[in-house]
Amino acid sequence: MLLKTPFYNKIVAAGGKMVEFTGYELPVQFEGSGIIAEHNAVRQKAGLFDVSHMGEIYLTGKDALVTIQNLVTNDMSTLKDGGVRYTLLPNEQGGVVDDILIYRFNPEKYLIVVNAANMQKDADWIEARLIGDTKFENASKATAQLALQGPAAIEIVKEFIAEADIPAKNYTFKTTTLEGEPIILSRTGYTGEDGFELYCANAFAERMFDIVVEHGKKHGMLLAGLGARDTLRMEAAMPLYGHEMNDQTLCHELGLDFAIKMGKENFIGKKALEANPPKFKRLGIKMVDRGIAREHFKVFDESGREIGHVTSGTHSPTLNHAVAMIRVEKDFNAPNVWIEVRNRKLKAEIVPLPFYKRKK
Amino acid sequence: MSKYKYLKSHEWYCEECGKVGISDFAQHELGDIVFVELPEVGDEVEAGKAFGNVESVKAVSELYSPVSGKVVEINEELQSAPELINKDAAAAWMIKVEPSEAPTGLLSEEEYQKLIKE
Repeated sequence: MLLKTPFYNKIVAAGGKMVEFTGYELPVQFEGSGIIAEHNAVRQKAGLFDVSHMGEIYLTGKDALVTIQNLVTNDMSTLKDGGVRYTLLPNEQGGVVDDILIYRFNPEKYLIVVNAANMQKDADWIEARLIGDTKFENASKATAQLALQGPAAIEIVKEFIAEADIPAKNYTFKTTTLEGEPIILSRTGYTGEDGFELYCANAFAERMFDIVVEHGKKHGMLLAGLGARDTLRMEAAMPLYGHEMNDQTLCHELGLDFAIKMGKENFIGKKALEANPPKFKRLGIKMVDRGIAREHFKVFDESGREIGHVTSGTHSPTLNHAVAMIRVEKDFNAPNVWIEVRNRKLKAEIVPLPFYKRKK
Repeated sequence: MSKYKYLKSHEWYCEECGKVGISDFAQHELGDIVFVELPEVGDEVEAGKAFGNVESVKAVSELYSPVSGKVVEINEELQSAPELINKDAAAAWMIKVEPSEAPTGLLSEEEYQKLIKE
């Protein structure tokens, strides 16, 4: 049986074209708009996504930070109250259990936001590795989450949240109330735009949805689905678990070194990462020949030798050409690769990541 | 009465003009179309066999030919403006075929409409 998020009825009523995604029924796009229109709305104005499928795990107690520091590659000792930080969750072999966000409420309370597809795996992994005085609570099923993304997101939020309660900087959050109900307002997202993620209890979800939609409409906001979420994160070159990485991908093969602090005293997988230098790397390509490089397509160098594969690929609505992320041998260093698309080899050009960067 | 006949895989064929395209239902199911891969003029196509691909943002789908014959023209406009298929699928033809034999087993407009309602 497929799970429904607390926004399910609202989403269906609004014309969501529902598909199965990580065990949930979620909209891939909406009637009357479609992936490209929803994508463009986020880049130019705003888009609203139901992201309740994401998992939320709380760790509290005197040793919560000790537990976290042992679990993750990034350094959370410098994270401040109200701060959010991206990190990898490695396994003993240096592979990736998940990529996650960590929120710090105070020195003894943290929220870990995990990928829907990995929620139970992560919960089991973390719960089995609690140190000292650390309490574990999996709030995933009780938490509703919306992502309001785009340059107009700030104007929309100002319509219903006092300015003092709006987190001013990227990767910060505030706990506040909406019509008396507690919410978490986080200046984060998965689109490469400014925007917010709003968390609330399931019981308040429909009302929160209505409030955001009512004010969003005034600013050209569209409801957006999984299709646009994927094209937006692709342009921003944000990796997606199960595509760019999995349990076998070494943490340092992803171009995410900003989130790996090898100088940290110790963490799970640190020894394995020290012992095993990266064999692969993540690169971005732009198609030169006409065609779209999709996931799993083979990648060749100029001599015709296979050097890796495509991890995600799509048409970029903002750039209006096909882009992809590829996983290739670490030593590869040339301006072009060839992608095998239905028995033909199409030429592509290596381009810097991200494909799209918003103007500040 | 419609001049189009259909394959169950949602391609239309205009017997009068030899043109092949995809149905409005198909474009709607595919979503935003961003790329169409077509054969070249002079290529042979075979009824029921793939002759090209259509890619939406979401996925790639094969295009099947309703008719056997030689490709005498392709719609070049779709190379730079594949979104024309989303705008008007009945007008956005893909290839024009000189049939080697009359096609068989195609659905009438009425039969096709019934199929997609199921």
